Amino acid sequence: MASQNLQSVPAELSPEELEREQAGQAYFDRIISEDSRIEPRDWMPEAYRKTLLRQISQHAHSEIIGMQPEANWITRAPSLKRKAILMAKVQDEAGHGLYLYSAAETLGQSRDKMTTDLIAGKARYSSIFNYPAISWADMGAIGWLVDGAAICNQVPLCRASYGPYGRAMVRICKEESFHQRQGFEILLELSNGTPAQKQMAQDAVNRWYAPALMMFGPPDDDSPNSKQSMAWNIKRFSNDELRSRFVGMMVEQIKVLGLTLPDKDIRFNEETKKWEHGPLDWNEFKDVLAGKGPCNAQRLERRREAHDDGAWVREAAAEYARKQAEKEYAA
Amino acid sequence: MIPNDSPTSQARPGTPVVVAPAANEPHETPWSLWEVFVRSSRGLSHVHAGSLHAPDAAMALRNARDLYTRRNEGVSIWVVPADAISSSDPDSKGSFFESPQGKDYRHATYYTKSEGVKHL
Amino acid sequence: MSTPENNTDFAIEGHGDISVGVRGAGASGDGSASATRITPGNALRPEDIALEIRKGQVKPTNDVAEYALRIGDDGLILAQRLGHWISRAPELEEDVALGNIALDQLGHARSFLTYAGAAWDKSEDDLAYFRREHEFRSAHLFEQPNGDFAVTIARQFIVSYYQFELYKKLTASTDATIAAIAAKALKEVDYHRDHSAQWVLRLAGGTEESRRRIVQAFKLVWPYVEELFEDDELTERLAESGAGVQPSSLRADFDQLTGEILSEAGLDGELNLERIPQSLGGGRQGKHSEHLGYLLAEMQVLAREHPGASW
Repeated sequence: MASQNLQSVPAELSPEELEREQAGQAYFDRIISEDSRIEPRDWMPEAYRKTLLRQISQHAHSEIIGMQPEANWITRAPSLKRKAILMAKVQDEAGHGLYLYSAAETLGQSRDKMTTDLIAGKARYSSIFNYPAISWADMGAIGWLVDGAAICNQVPLCRASYGPYGRAMVRICKEESFHQRQGFEILLELSNGTPAQKQMAQDAVNRWYAPALMMFGPPDDDSPNSKQSMAWNIKRFSNDELRSRFVGMMVEQIKVLGLTLPDKDIRFNEETKKWEHGPLDWNEFKDVLAGKGPCNAQRLERRREAHDDGAWVREAAAEYARKQAEKEYAA
Repeated sequence: MIPNDSPTSQARPGTPVVVAPAANEPHETPWSLWEVFVRSSRGLSHVHAGSLHAPDAAMALRNARDLYTRRNEGVSIWVVPADAISSSDPDSKGSFFESPQGKDYRHATYYTKSEGVKHL
Repeated sequence: MSTPENNTDFAIEGHGDISVGVRGAGASGDGSASATRITPGNALRPEDIALEIRKGQVKPTNDVAEYALRIGDDGLILAQRLGHWISRAPELEEDVALGNIALDQLGHARSFLTYAGAAWDKSEDDLAYFRREHEFRSAHLFEQPNGDFAVTIARQFIVSYYQFELYKKLTASTDATIAAIAAKALKEVDYHRDHSAQWVLRLAGGTEESRRRIVQAFKLVWPYVEELFEDDELTERLAESGAGVQPSSLRADFDQLTGEILSEAGLDGELNLERIPQSLGGGRQGKHSEHLGYLLAEMQVLAREHPGASW
């Protein structure tokens, strides 16, 4: 809060300040037009900083909250190999949240503040994690559909104009290579298994398909911020464009799985050369985003509990460090 | 590669950046920020990998090991308190890095007459 | 605006790596220096042991299998406990650290269980998911609940110093597979010692609250130390053959090394460990505490709903 207030005061600029602002804007515009990268200490428009901070912190929160539906299944994974894979994956998500918080910190906001905002319900995260993961097949569907959609979103972000964000995304995308594959293989194994297993897989795909498509964000004509983000080279493709590409990939992959997508309206539009899908329930999307999803309260509470329960540990380590430094100073 | 993306170094002159929470918000002493450098194999330099939080250097090293070398990324790690890094001023990047421009006689390619002469 | 990378935005290569569309990503700085170059590494995996078993290259004696079952169960039950921490740790960095330790323990368990199973024609999953409570051979310490972070650290401290001494000796086992698993595990457990020792020092020397909690934690878990070092007929036979070790032979080093840390932490006097009554144990004979039943119910529920299924 404090940092934003201080930074957003244009108030009265002295002629020197005004000149510096104008020079900064010109430099920024040139960097963007050359498709080069903005680094933390560069001058940047306040709106650019705010947009990034919002997007990166939301992205970080999504990784952290997104750990929960899968972490619920670590203790119940049906084979030891799957248990190890799932554990490694959920652990990766903690790492990814951490990389992203670090990138957001370069914009002048502390991780502590972002966490406090999240717990207070003041920050958003991907609404898909407010749906429950109720069967083992959900581990497959989340990996295949949710991570698949995330990867489609994230790969272009590796070239985001803000350096630290792009670098974090490079690391994340590299690590995530296995996330979607392991999900696909869970579904494939189930689909080729007993009838009960196959049913479990189909049910999971049915439930996660639409929420996964909605992960790309509202349709382009209802996404007011997208245009500016694209002009700033933060976003590289529109929501609908990415969604359409994703649908195209899923259409092929579902065949390999021997399952079906719960969407009778999928078709390739020969004119536009784009994949089209059936209508999505954007009212539900907005409701879930607004906190009315099946798990919103539960997810935030779990995060709050971990943060609060850990406070004495963080304090102890900080206090120990302080005492050690004192000792060293005295010696 | 100097990591100029540490929050402590991102403040521009005249733009105070306050990271500490306001008085009415819950507050605890946060762990400090560290920059992590990883050597991917012997003979190569350490390269900036990212940042993390830790209460002290010992834990920063261990957190870096757990976080940034989960997939065999490194054989050696450095951690540096983010606020210990000084970086060049982005506002003066023009003049600061102007001098080497145009001094092509510092490069072997400048010397064309000797081209074709063996072992030179 | 149009850069060559535009074409590769969605390239997902055949081996599952995702092209990130950034030139030089992962190869910045000098030559091939990189902080994101990743490799699977080269180490003994449970799958390698399973393959050797299938090819008939290795098979444990019944005694060795029983012994591997004990060690494997220790790791499995602990991994199950630690896995619960992921998404609940005091800080994200610690989520990752505990995750790494859990994965190490699970890896050791899978190797030992895979090898043990070869004696009875059973897979690691047969052993993990389809045995009943009294058939598990883990010691009581491993099934103790996570409690708060201090309890988890105290448990981890004892476990890792015990396992380090055990694996150090087992690297010289006359059973080549046991020796190989131990060699891989030894290095990992060495780091677990360091991790828990660092935290014992910090919790003991941090705030009043953290000190109170770590003292209480040691009082809760120390009663289960004795059981780890109890000899019986099986370990006696294995020590004689050179395939295993007498647990009692590990105690002196364990006491010395843990004693050093506890003394550095200033806990030794306050804890008065010699006076903490030791639990009767019985885990090695399948006599467990009340905790294991719940742990297994959760771990096994899905696999048992679908007997014979493949995952």
